[in-house]
Amino acid sequence: MRTMSTKLKVWWAVITVLVLVYALFPVLSILATSFKLPSELDLGRFFPKTWTTTNYEQILTGSAKDLFLPALRNSIGISLIATFVAVVLATLAAYAIARLDFPGKRLVLTTALGVSIFPVISIVTPLFNLWRNIGLYDTWLGLIIPYLSLTLPISIWTLAAFFRQIPWELEQAAQVDGATSWQAFRKAIVPLAAPGVFTTALIAFFIAWNDFVYGISLTSTSAARPVPAALAFFTGASQFEEPTGAISAAAVVVTIPVVILVLLFQRQIVSGLTQGAVKG
Amino acid sequence: MSTDVSTPERTTGKPAKTPRSERARAEARLGWWLAGPAFVVMLAVTLYPILQAFFDSLFSYRLTAPDDKAFVGLRNYGVILTDSVFWQALWVTTVIMIVSVVIELVLGFALALVMHRAIKSLRGLLRTAILVPYGIITVVSAFAWFYAFDINSGFVNHWFAWLPGISEDTNWFAHQGTSLFVIIASEVWKTTPFISLLLLAGLAQVPTELEEAAEVDGATWWQRLRRVLIPNMKAAIMVAVLFRALDAFRIFDNVFIMTNGSNGTTVLSLLAYRTSIGRLEIGLGSAISVLLFLCVILICFVAIKLFRVDLAGARGER
Repeated sequence: MRTMSTKLKVWWAVITVLVLVYALFPVLSILATSFKLPSELDLGRFFPKTWTTTNYEQILTGSAKDLFLPALRNSIGISLIATFVAVVLATLAAYAIARLDFPGKRLVLTTALGVSIFPVISIVTPLFNLWRNIGLYDTWLGLIIPYLSLTLPISIWTLAAFFRQIPWELEQAAQVDGATSWQAFRKAIVPLAAPGVFTTALIAFFIAWNDFVYGISLTSTSAARPVPAALAFFTGASQFEEPTGAISAAAVVVTIPVVILVLLFQRQIVSGLTQGAVKG
Repeated sequence: MSTDVSTPERTTGKPAKTPRSERARAEARLGWWLAGPAFVVMLAVTLYPILQAFFDSLFSYRLTAPDDKAFVGLRNYGVILTDSVFWQALWVTTVIMIVSVVIELVLGFALALVMHRAIKSLRGLLRTAILVPYGIITVVSAFAWFYAFDINSGFVNHWFAWLPGISEDTNWFAHQGTSLFVIIASEVWKTTPFISLLLLAGLAQVPTELEEAAEVDGATWWQRLRRVLIPNMKAAIMVAVLFRALDAFRIFDNVFIMTNGSNGTTVLSLLAYRTSIGRLEIGLGSAISVLLFLCVILICFVAIKLFRVDLAGARGER
């Protein structure tokens, strides 16, 4: 490898700093706000004058706890279940698409594409009415089902792209070497398929975790309301004193898992997103 | 493509058709057993609701007076299409879509180039940083930008007071233009990583020899970009633009959090939400939902027919 000239090094340093500022500045901004005293919010400073954990106390043990903690539980539970169901269904479908030849294969993929561009709000109105009639309004199941419209299509695309790259001949090779078909599948295929399934689950989870439209339209209490929707209700509390600090603290809490996952798995997430996207 | 691989030809005396079609049929059956559940679920969560929405849109139907439900044909559509509120929302939505996608395309391309060219030791850091906005909840992004610009709790006014037009008292959310500026900023920040990753995948497919050859021939950086890179990744660019355009057309979260539609910032999704969930006018709300859906179809149609975007091709299946 060529050694970089000093000029080039400086350039890359500048570019890296610019990208970091772009990506992290709004996050830092809300992080800083979350440590501000409510009385010092309007100082117009970026960093707090006095650092305080009041806002975190308020959402975790204080007055906003009954709004935030159930929402956090709902968000985690509903997103995990919606991700799990989507990944299981998508794994089966993607396996069929990658390995089998059957009429309608393209139809399944085209449908997934169609569903992924579907305007969420167009689904909400009829579901809102139906859910109220059959008792699914404001329940976990009432959110998990529509969440599948978000998580399932991208899971199918991503997994189909992953599975197409698996050298399935390995399975037969293992069988020739004396492995039973189950052993061949487990020892040869599962280790190759697992990273793809895991990456898909991550991406699907991000999407479910991000939902706001369903969350705010199909719930009314803390029985099923997820965090993004709950955050919007923090604001409505009082007209004169906006709970800026509490919202910021809650926003930071729900952002932490995302940042950890991104730090741990950036390589997988990037490959998952780009593979599902453009692979000729 | 792979049809002939999995259908063994028999040249024995037996009629060749029987074993072949039986095997093919078994494979097709297995295929549908595996892909069927996902397929049915996808239809159930989208096709059914949109049909129901279309059906409901033909009625005068409010949940506040459910017994007065009456068939009105296409009158709901007439009401909406003659209401300036709808056209205003459509206009605002289109402006947000076009402006944010254009900015995202330029910015996303720059980020993709940076990630593509970066040396190994920087690549991980850059990708991680770029994925942070991608992973963050849109509502959180909306609050972050809102509080930064807010007249009370924000710091933007203090930092940029030296710029003409900005002072300590600039109320960004009191006017349409400035509100849309912040809304688009948040939208762009959050979704540019997605577009840049799609473009990165496109960049990776441009043969390096092409670029090297151009470099040897003395092409400038700009010439290589315009003559070599962009033409070779046109498909990836088109797909990225279409996907983001459709996504931006559904914008809801940022507007809901920052302005809730005040000062002429109501977008179509918000209008539909307010009508059906807020005012419980299921008939009218359904009609807006159907119109929004038709807009999305129209954008797709224009992109595919006019700009020849090969969605399925570029997204994997050929």
